[in-house]
Amino acid sequence: MDVETTQLAPKQYKSGLKPVWCPGCGDFGVLSSITRALSVLGLRREEVAVISGIGCSSRIPAYLDVYGFHAVHGRALPLATGLKIARPDLTVLVAGGDGDGFSIGGNHFMHACRRNTDLTYIVMDNQVYGMTKGQASPTTDPDWEAGKLTPGGTGINPFQPLVIALASGANFIARCSSSDPNGTAQTIVEAIQHPGFSFVQILSPCVTFRPEQRQWKNLVHPAPVEPTDDPARAARRLLTDDAYFTGVLYLGQRAPNEPVPKQSRDGIAALEEEFKVAST
Amino acid sequence: MHRPDDKGLIIGSTDELLAHAMAIEMEAAERYEELADQMEMHNNPEVAELFSKLAEIEGKHIQQVRDLGGDDELSLKTRWKYGWAEPGVSEAPDYEDVHYLMQPYHAVSLALRAERRAVSFFVEVGEQSEDEEVVAMAARLAQDERNHVTLLEEWLNILPEPDEDWADDPDPPAEG
Ligand SMILES: Cc1ncc(C[n+]2csc(CCOP(=O)(O)OP(=O)(O)O)c2C)c(N)n1
Ligand code: SF4
Repeated sequence: MDVETTQLAPKQYKSGLKPVWCPGCGDFGVLSSITRALSVLGLRREEVAVISGIGCSSRIPAYLDVYGFHAVHGRALPLATGLKIARPDLTVLVAGGDGDGFSIGGNHFMHACRRNTDLTYIVMDNQVYGMTKGQASPTTDPDWEAGKLTPGGTGINPFQPLVIALASGANFIARCSSSDPNGTAQTIVEAIQHPGFSFVQILSPCVTFRPEQRQWKNLVHPAPVEPTDDPARAARRLLTDDAYFTGVLYLGQRAPNEPVPKQSRDGIAALEEEFKVAST
Repeated sequence: MHRPDDKGLIIGSTDELLAHAMAIEMEAAERYEELADQMEMHNNPEVAELFSKLAEIEGKHIQQVRDLGGDDELSLKTRWKYGWAEPGVSEAPDYEDVHYLMQPYHAVSLALRAERRAVSFFVEVGEQSEDEEVVAMAARLAQDERNHVTLLEEWLNILPEPDEDWADDPDPPAEG
């Protein structure tokens, strides 16, 4: 990768690969917000890594011209944590969907919040598994009846990602809407700048399996409050929130976890030896 | 720019206004390019071509604002400072408003809505400012946007209106 010397325009962070997302998908807006945020921060492409899991939303690293890794389903966070600890100089973003982050990756989500490594986690929440053709996800409302695997609805309480993030120790909590790419970009800038684990939930419609979500842009509204650093106030705020408030809702003061890895005792050759497959 | 009481929209100088106008036109040009790519990807070449044409037209508008003194760097660097992060100001169609089976009529209607939004924005800026130069420049920019609206209205008049079942797909993606 060439080393950049001047500020790049948002477009210059795109890889040139054309997204295969359905026209109308909210993830287009999120892609655009990420490129704007990187441009505003004046980051060079080689200073950024985007790590994702599996899902439509998790394809995002392919569309960006920064370092990227399309990881295993639900495992983006541990991978990104390892990367950040090994390369603290990098700005590490983690991106994916609600299925990737809160179902199969739910446990990693909690512990990443708790660990408070300096990462920015962007979840494109469409309350459905888009890539596998429309199954209910942890954030799906209990009465959503259009999922073939859950006729009559799931009937169970949706997962509350912002509340869980707060309870688990995330240091920055925000909600955005993909329908407002500039506002979302601004929040991503703040999330990146805030030390520790930043969690940004972006309401990002799946127009194919949840066409009613096209209306989200008319439902979202800025939270009528300033960000707080008081977890008790934030908890009250998040528990009474109507799920469409946008903005930065919590700004924690915890110091990030920045362990310095010790030099490995073993060299690469010793490790290779350990992993050698025995020939039969 | 700031909104002191959620109603007012105050732009302090023509430089600020032109930076804003540049940002608006750039966002629209980029959005149309993206929408053209989306349509090409989903085998809708007719609408892809139309969005490419709209991107080209927006490119010319960028140049017009540049000729009036708009500065690329300033526009890029100060999007937030100028309060450009406000939903509803944009001249770009919303991402959610497109569909893979959409027809040229839909595309032009979207563009028309976006241009009308831009007219209202510049009119509002003119109404809120007390700086004569800003008022004059806002009037000029609003008039340019009105000309774009007229052009698009003419296009729309000659395009066939889509049938009611335009979005019906005999092999829909949503059927597992
Ligand atoms: C281990 C494993 N289990 C299941 C899957 C199937 N799978 C692929 S994507 C996905 C869920 C995607 O949903 P989400 O993360 O919300 O992303 P979206 O497609 O909606 O953006 C599932 C279950 C898989 N790829 N790997
Ligand atoms: S299936 Fe849904 S989430 Fe996936 S690209 Fe299409 S609209 Fe987006």
